[in-house]
Amino acid sequence: MPNPLKPSERMKIPRQHSIEQNPEERNRNFNEVSFGLNEELALLEAKRCLDCKNPVCIDGCPVRIDIPAFINLIIEKDYSGAADKIREANYLPAICGRVCPQEDQCEIVCILGKKHDPVAIGKLERFVADYEMANKLFKSPVVTNQIDKKVAIVGSGPAGLTCAAELVKLGYKVTIFEALHATGGVLRYGIPEFRLPKEILDIEVNRVRELGAEIITNFVVGRTATLDELIDEMGYEAVFLGTGAGTPNFMEISGEHFSGVLSANEFLTRVNFMKAYAFPETDTPIKIGKQIAVIGGGNTAMDAVRTAKRLGAEKAYLIYRRSRKEMPARIEEVQHAEEEGIEFLMLTNPLRIVGDEFNWVKAIECQKMELGEPDDSGRRKPIPIKGSEYIIEVQNVIEAIGQKPNPIIQATTPGLGVSKRGTVVVDNKTMVTSRPNVFAGGDLIHGGATVILAMHDGKAAAASIHEYLQKGG
Amino acid sequence: MYKIIKKQKLSDTITKLVIESPLVAKKRKAGNFVMIRVVEGGERIPITIADSDIEKGTVTIIVQAIGKTTKMLCSLNEGDFVLDFVGPLGEPTPIHNYGTVVCIGGGVGTAEVYPIAKALRDAGNEVIGIIGARSKDLIILEKEMGEVCNKLYITTDDGSYARKGFVSDQLLELINKGTKIDGVYAIGPIPMMQVCANVTKPFGIKTYVSLNPIMVDGTGMCGGCRVTVGGKMKFACVDGPEFDAHQVDFDELIMRNRTYIDLEKTSLEKYEEHICNLYEKSLSGKGVK
Ligand SMILES: Cc1cc2nc3c(=O)[nH]c(=O)nc-3n(C[C@H](O)[C@H](O)[C@H](O)COP(=O)(O)OP(=O)(O)OC[C@H]3O[C@@H](n4cnc5c(N)ncnc54)[C@H](O)[C@@H]3O)c2cc1C
Ligand SMILES: Cc1cc2nc3c(=O)[nH]c(=O)nc-3n(C[C@H](O)[C@H](O)[C@H](O)COP(=O)(O)OP(=O)(O)OC[C@H]3O[C@@H](n4cnc5c(N)ncnc54)[C@H](O)[C@@H]3O)c2cc1C
Ligand code: SF4
Ligand code: SF4
Ligand code: FES
Repeated sequence: MPNPLKPSERMKIPRQHSIEQNPEERNRNFNEVSFGLNEELALLEAKRCLDCKNPVCIDGCPVRIDIPAFINLIIEKDYSGAADKIREANYLPAICGRVCPQEDQCEIVCILGKKHDPVAIGKLERFVADYEMANKLFKSPVVTNQIDKKVAIVGSGPAGLTCAAELVKLGYKVTIFEALHATGGVLRYGIPEFRLPKEILDIEVNRVRELGAEIITNFVVGRTATLDELIDEMGYEAVFLGTGAGTPNFMEISGEHFSGVLSANEFLTRVNFMKAYAFPETDTPIKIGKQIAVIGGGNTAMDAVRTAKRLGAEKAYLIYRRSRKEMPARIEEVQHAEEEGIEFLMLTNPLRIVGDEFNWVKAIECQKMELGEPDDSGRRKPIPIKGSEYIIEVQNVIEAIGQKPNPIIQATTPGLGVSKRGTVVVDNKTMVTSRPNVFAGGDLIHGGATVILAMHDGKAAAASIHEYLQKGG
Repeated sequence: MYKIIKKQKLSDTITKLVIESPLVAKKRKAGNFVMIRVVEGGERIPITIADSDIEKGTVTIIVQAIGKTTKMLCSLNEGDFVLDFVGPLGEPTPIHNYGTVVCIGGGVGTAEVYPIAKALRDAGNEVIGIIGARSKDLIILEKEMGEVCNKLYITTDDGSYARKGFVSDQLLELINKGTKIDGVYAIGPIPMMQVCANVTKPFGIKTYVSLNPIMVDGTGMCGGCRVTVGGKMKFACVDGPEFDAHQVDFDELIMRNRTYIDLEKTSLEKYEEHICNLYEKSLSGKGVK
């Protein structure tokens, strides 16, 4: 029993909070908002864990990290051991500790949360990973097992990276094919620096490489080579598809062709991936007006609006059809956005975009909504209020209203089962598609979901691929 | 990193580059393009594949230097590298035997229509070529087009070479003379494509154009390249870049392509200033004033 405190004493400790950059300062820079817990706070937080006999928190984690075990190692100050413990289940702890929606996963079921606040599991995970990085304690495990079979992974997002790491650990020869010029998927082109620094991403991706996975960028499967060519000509015996859901939806209202109207994907790709924030030192431009509106209520919308604020927008509106309660974004991010001065226009629906004589956006017309009966998704359906139309002056409209899978592979792979929504259909246990040697996971099968779900799928697929290839393929 | 094997200046502003990329060389079809990033921090830009050599594993592109990225690309030499080169992207041109097809190239657009003309000729079509430019020195690929076309017409805006006038004038003349035309491919500056579309529309001649909106990823992930075709939103990089010319909203495309015009200018000025400084430094380095 590493924890010196009695359960009643543990429960008296309040949940510890991260140290954060002050909002008035941070909404003008791209540095990370949260510094995480320091050693002292982490030790205190770790001691709150009741080390339950039946640790339900593990069931809440899609990749089943042994949560009480790593927390006990923190209490023993064996941070390196704690990091290794996490990595047994999750090869990207510094990323997950930052962006995993822990409040809906491991923490929502934590026993301590019944009467008190749950243990800050995600923040402890981040602390351990950061401590290990800062003190250069990481040693790449040596893979001794060798299986002479090649597996191709398509997409270097969290699904692909996780599947690759698991298969390399089992001894397979693994190649990741990535369409863009850099790795990470949404972790790089979508999630901004102020939530997930690229340096952290680079370190964790490099560890997957160091473990033994080969990564080839600038390779679009379906174009540079088809999925069948990977199998028939390049000798891959199984393929995992983790190509995500990158194609943005548009509202299809009038005025979307005006300059200044962008999908959140384009906006974030220009800024995060192409580094438009540094223009003209870098070459990809972005133009953000004094007043801007972002449409949507998810993580993507929150990232877009906070990014626009940082690029100098004086008024940054977030327009959402339902009420704040229904917003799918992480609570922490909604709070952060509010602290940074984002103006929330809830129960508001855009009707049309108005342009000026140069074909630039000058305003957006909106309508007020009220909530009616719950719809299929269980959320109360917004209904327009007649006569409530009004105009807001803005120079940019950024749409973050959802994404669907990029269609290239589906269109170029005969016999691959695809749903009406464009998602690839899989068996939800084995992640196998309609083709026995092709597996899939992440946003490609769910539409937009989460990092940790993508990682769960990558892991589950790796186990199935192993089973399939051991049976002789 | 992708190596430049061969470089040839076709005109003052137009340069042909042969780049090593065996996978792209093997897979590419007429109508495909690549996305190129020249250096770290650089933009990703789309360039059509003009030709390829599967044996040598090379891809040929023909680039007109108009802004920072294309100028940087054209300033590279044999043995230099571009950082990123990905493709082949876009839907390839549907190649069938249509009968008689007119392939029109305006300016650097000739480089984009050339592979299509070649593929159509190989598929058994009678190919009539029309290539045009502002003046004589801007006419490119005359020899190559001459080899793949059954007949080739040339126009220059200023009359400095061949017929004075626009490619569309030549097209209209062919139609008026009663030439049987089963399809038209017109690629070049947007106004040129628009005029060609207007010429063929009253005659009901199927006409295709290759659109050149601003692109970021080139794989369908940003929607920056969206164009309106037949009243519907299309992503040029995955649904195109070729579309039915009679359905395209050209005016919208012209306006959208102006989105970053002032910033592009800043970027170019900064680059040219930098080049000037380098030049002056190299002069003073040699002790020349
Ligand atoms: C702005 C934003 C913020 C988000 N914030 C959060 C958050 O805070 N917490 C959270 O849990 N989730 C968040 N999400 C969702 C989360 O990022 C995704 O669910 C997750 O990244 C999905 O992982 P993936 O591996 O399935 O796909 P992706 O991360 O999308 O990666 C797919 C990769 O495949 C590549 N690819 C696509 N097609 C091809 C092809 N044909 N050939 C080769 N490569 C290809 C792509 O270029 C990409 O790199 C956010 C999403 C966005 C857009
Ligand atoms: C499918 C396709 C195929 C093309 N093929 C060729 C080709 O074979 N040869 C050739 O010389 N040019 C081609 N282009 C045009 C070429 O991509 C642009 O000239 C180039 O991007 C300009 O970049 P820049 O930095 O030099 O100029 P900038 O100063 O950035 O821009 C000058 C003008 O080019 C356009 N442009 C700017 N950025 C982009 C971008 N990222 N994507 C597309 N257009 C942009 C804009 O209209 C702008 O006003 C093609 C474009 C497309 C979409
Ligand atoms: S990965 Fe996510 S769900 Fe799992 S323990 Fe960490 S924060 Fe919780
Ligand atoms: S449920 Fe909560 S208190 Fe119990 S072991 Fe898990 S983290 Fe600790
Ligand atoms: S360039 Fe991004 S979707 Fe076409």
